[in-house]
Amino acid sequence: MMQNPGPAKILRVALLGNPNTGKTTLFNALTGLNHRVGNYPGVTVEIKKGRFSWNGRQIDLLDIPGTYSLAPRSPDEMLSVELVLGLNPSEPKPDLLILVIDASNLERNLFLATQALESGIPAVMALTMVDVAKKNGIQIDQKKLAESLGLPVVEVMALKREGLEELKKTLVAQFQKAPCANGVNFPALFEKKETEVLSLLGTKASRLLARRLLLETDGYLAKALALKKEIPEIAGLAQFQEELRASGLNLHTLEARTRYGWIKEKTAPAITRPEIPVTTWTDKMDRYLTHRGWGLAFFLLIMFCLFQAIFTLSKPLIKWINEGKGAVGEFLSNLLPQGMLASLVVDGLVEGVGSVVVFLPQILILFGFLAILEDCGYMARAAFLMDRVMVFCGLTGKSFIPLLSSAACAVPGILSTRVIEDKRDRLTTILVAPLVSCSARLQVYSLLIQAFLSEGRPFWFPGFVLFCLYGLGMVLAPLTAWLLKKSLLKGKGMPFLMELPSYKRPSGQVVAMRVWDGAWSFMRRAGTLIAATMVLVWAVLYFPHQYPGGGTYPERIATEKENQTKNALLSEWKSQSYLGRAGHLIEPLVKPLGWDWRIGVATLASFPAREVVIGTLGIIFGIGQDENEAGQNDLEKALRNARWNDKPGGKPLFDIPTALSLMVFFALCSQCVSTLVVIKQEAGHWGWALFTFVYMTVLAYAGAFATYQIGVLL
Amino acid sequence: MTPLDQLKPGQAGTIQQILGEDLISSRLLEMGLLDGEKIEVIGLAPLGDPLEVRIQGYRLSLRKAEAARVVVQKV
Repeated sequence: MMQNPGPAKILRVALLGNPNTGKTTLFNALTGLNHRVGNYPGVTVEIKKGRFSWNGRQIDLLDIPGTYSLAPRSPDEMLSVELVLGLNPSEPKPDLLILVIDASNLERNLFLATQALESGIPAVMALTMVDVAKKNGIQIDQKKLAESLGLPVVEVMALKREGLEELKKTLVAQFQKAPCANGVNFPALFEKKETEVLSLLGTKASRLLARRLLLETDGYLAKALALKKEIPEIAGLAQFQEELRASGLNLHTLEARTRYGWIKEKTAPAITRPEIPVTTWTDKMDRYLTHRGWGLAFFLLIMFCLFQAIFTLSKPLIKWINEGKGAVGEFLSNLLPQGMLASLVVDGLVEGVGSVVVFLPQILILFGFLAILEDCGYMARAAFLMDRVMVFCGLTGKSFIPLLSSAACAVPGILSTRVIEDKRDRLTTILVAPLVSCSARLQVYSLLIQAFLSEGRPFWFPGFVLFCLYGLGMVLAPLTAWLLKKSLLKGKGMPFLMELPSYKRPSGQVVAMRVWDGAWSFMRRAGTLIAATMVLVWAVLYFPHQYPGGGTYPERIATEKENQTKNALLSEWKSQSYLGRAGHLIEPLVKPLGWDWRIGVATLASFPAREVVIGTLGIIFGIGQDENEAGQNDLEKALRNARWNDKPGGKPLFDIPTALSLMVFFALCSQCVSTLVVIKQEAGHWGWALFTFVYMTVLAYAGAFATYQIGVLL
Repeated sequence: MTPLDQLKPGQAGTIQQILGEDLISSRLLEMGLLDGEKIEVIGLAPLGDPLEVRIQGYRLSLRKAEAARVVVQKV
């Protein structure tokens, strides 16, 4: 009998399915913009939550990472298994499951579904890609399918918003109904042992868990759960397995054979297939895109276009933001009374944060490009093409995607290493991912290339320099991985099994969502971490401000008419400030890199985040400018006009070797607190974060030193 | 009887058995490489490894080392 649960009960629904089944698209379609934006942009690596309602019923939707099987072998799969088993300490067991099933590949998708149904959670099947299946000549009778599987089947086309209402209706109706009755039957002896294990499991018992424990031969799940004290120790499990083996059952092949046997039998009446499989559009595309020669050429072309697009497409947008920043600064300096507050707001906040926000367009283009590559199915091809190269450094093609995502930001890159099964491979990938140039470095590169390496050069030159700087990380990351796999993290590699999904037109919504996530987390950083650092930098550059001849420097400067004296006073003030003094202390250390104290302190101050260096340079070089020029001035001009020891008409501070050495330093250093925190979280120990910081800083200093010294010689 | 890694792009076979019993063989089975299934080699990566195959209506990539354990009857 159906109880009345009352309106207060919010239904918790989990979306479960194979990767590339349109799960995230369905999640977005159901929840709209009403979902919590993840901390970091990128593919689903953690549980994403959203909310929608149907007929006054609140429904919380959980999107969990796509998986092929509930036999966990990686942290990513472990997350799904724990959730479905109700063993995740922070997420209670869901009330309902939506099993997302790709109609064009029914059998393999149902493998996961048969496992999930044994959790005892009532489920609804959402059939996606029915149009693709039709194109491939596959016809599915949904009524028959629902009958023989024993659970409701709803066809959905999330992008066209078809079937969504039906899905919601079916979902709510299914709540508190008995879960699917027609389960997979295992051999009699196995089921007997299963009952024994079930009785030992107590409150956490489910068929899924009992079968999993009996079937797994490496004890991955049992160990992980016992460690967290989630289930009681099952004494005699090994003995049960021994008995099963003795009776002639093969624990390695039993599950797949039994489940696929059941699936074939149940789906046979509901599915018709063409005699000869249709050659799909994807098959035809792959003749070129994964071809030995053409495939590689296309891959390099795509990468080159990406860097060109970042440079050329963003130009007009950057100009607008710069003009906007200038206008805001001018407005505020007219509004506020002259003095410390005005200086803090205009020179510190607006100048500092503004010089970081200017790079938003480039970050949007980068995230957009990567999201398109991911969503259209090309990313997996990149991993396929690169696998053999990754083998050289002891990794697999699966490490390539995290490394490529690190080109946007190392944080989602490191999080996405959760798809790597092998522990050592995963740790190696985590440790080298920060070497890949991220969007924060892009800002440093872009500023210096614009200022020193683009004027009077061919149009392709800036893009080419950028390509080389990214190439530096892309070469050093695998090399470092090779070293790590040869020394600290020795071990045999895992097999490389990866689905190559069908190509599809990228969904505007999915891409927009990713870009939005990226923009939002960037803006949040700019608003908090970066703004706070900017204020700090401003303060240590403002104080002490006592003028030796009485009064303060700002007062003295305000009364000075002569421009040249004014600039000399400004330079004197900066130089004796706390930051200036610290800078002079470290100058001997950075001089071999071609830097003066100002570049040195800007680099030091960027420890929280690389992009801070831009803002700091903005403050250091901006404050020294004549007030009248400051409004129309931008950082590039200020850097070009900078002189050694701040002497007007002296030797320019930045020449090409200095600019290159600064870029190489930022390419290789690990100035990013977020990355270090995520490394600690994912590698499980602060030691690995410290290790990363030390090896990268040493590498950065050596690289910058070599660049400058060689550059001066040439 | 031929190991899968000996097939050239465009050639197909029917799976006879998977050699050896370990985590790799159970994962291959999970991904649908069962006896009697038709499997076709679509292509090879630039350095000749891994291969791209078509199985159960989807495309899978696997390395030669694993493919050598999949015994097929050429068709």
